[in-house]
Amino acid sequence: MRFELQCLNWVKTGLIQHYKTLKKVDTFMQKDCVDFNYIIRILGEFMAKLISAAEAANMIKPGSRVAIGGFLAVGAPECIIDAIVEQKIGDLHMIVIASDWEDRGVGKLVVANLIKSAQVSHLGTNRTIQAQMNSNQVQIELVPQGTLMERVRAAGAGLGGILTPTGLGTVVEEGKQVINLNSKNYILEPAIEADIAIIKAYKADKMGNLVFRKTARNSNPIMAMAGKITIAEVEEIVEIGELDPELIACPGVFVNYMVKCTEVAHG
Amino acid sequence: MDKRAMIGSRIALEFKDGDYVNLGIGLPTLAVNYIPEGIHVVFQSENGMLGVGPNPAEGKEDKDMINAGGGYITALKGASFFDSALSFAIIRGGHIDATVLGALQVDQEGNLANWMIPGKMVPGMGGAMDLVTGARKVIVAMEHCDKYGNSKILKKCTLPLTAKGKVNLIITDMAVMEVCAEGLVLREIAAGTTIEDVKKVTDADLIIPDTVGCFG
Repeated sequence: MRFELQCLNWVKTGLIQHYKTLKKVDTFMQKDCVDFNYIIRILGEFMAKLISAAEAANMIKPGSRVAIGGFLAVGAPECIIDAIVEQKIGDLHMIVIASDWEDRGVGKLVVANLIKSAQVSHLGTNRTIQAQMNSNQVQIELVPQGTLMERVRAAGAGLGGILTPTGLGTVVEEGKQVINLNSKNYILEPAIEADIAIIKAYKADKMGNLVFRKTARNSNPIMAMAGKITIAEVEEIVEIGELDPELIACPGVFVNYMVKCTEVAHG
Repeated sequence: MDKRAMIGSRIALEFKDGDYVNLGIGLPTLAVNYIPEGIHVVFQSENGMLGVGPNPAEGKEDKDMINAGGGYITALKGASFFDSALSFAIIRGGHIDATVLGALQVDQEGNLANWMIPGKMVPGMGGAMDLVTGARKVIVAMEHCDKYGNSKILKKCTLPLTAKGKVNLIITDMAVMEVCAEGLVLREIAAGTTIEDVKKVTDADLIIPDTVGCFG
């Protein structure tokens, strides 16, 4: 029990790194025959700590760079977005595929005037952000969708950037370095890092392993990689071991906090 | 046949059995209604799915099942779901046999403009630039002229480009044109249309080969 309490202590003081801790547990088990499953269970409850949507929003500071999962509001963390709107956390830099609809997804942040700038690939479904862009209220960098995904993934994967042919000969190329490799031209696109990522999954276990549903997966596993802190909004949380490891599309190593929210604000 | 059906049915003839295809929003999606019997095509939706099926019946919509235009869809047997990075790896990596997109302008060098009109409409490129860059065959499907009767097939695009020199085939309600090394070649004309009719409303220089087919 002394070791278990020590584990809890590590977690509470925020010093825990998932893999490192597991290794320590493993070593300890070999030495002293502690109930391994029991420790994992306790640890799991703290590995991806369950918080409220309001607490999640409170972790986002004004001016933060926020990566947000979802595609046209499908797979968007609606409850956390609602909490950000409620707490009026503004001056945000948003990294997202599309600006969604005025009343769904990140569109709600736009309508509430909380967005200062964005890296995004599509604005067509949200007239408010187009108006804000035209009046210079919002600074927009339009990024081709595939390039956006790879730049965010690069940040999460420890890469400085990517080389892509997408955008050659268009305005996307302007001001960027073009690199010739194996007789082909590529644009050098820097990684896109985020202070915090908020994503949405269907099911999670208590370690933060995530399972998605159908096309609601979209950018969520990618955005999860790029956040210094990642918060996953989930519909259901199950015990460790209940999810088929083969079906986990985002391992818990990327997830720091979870918000349980069964209310689905669209459909 | 109305203009849109004419275009939709002609697009469908471009697909080979076993092709993986991505259809743009709007007109290109009409092609699904005209796939010839015996031809099996797997449709991709770039938000993360292969094996897109027909629209669901009313009341059977699934909130987690949309296509890239936001419309509800179903999954066929053999469908797969994946994340957006993988979806665009499929696209950019040359694994999509054909993509069909609409256009604001297209020119005789195979340049395409379909994502913005400066000062008027800036919806963003979405996935269009990746699709046009990566798909093995790029088909532009659109009405031959804009609503003011102006040619959308130009010598040189004037709007910001989606991609440079990537268009292979243009299908309109009047003609089918192929972008070749020597220029834009008229391959087919629509039933009830003459070569002269097409030339009259085409700004681009059209190369007229000895035989021009007919469709529709």
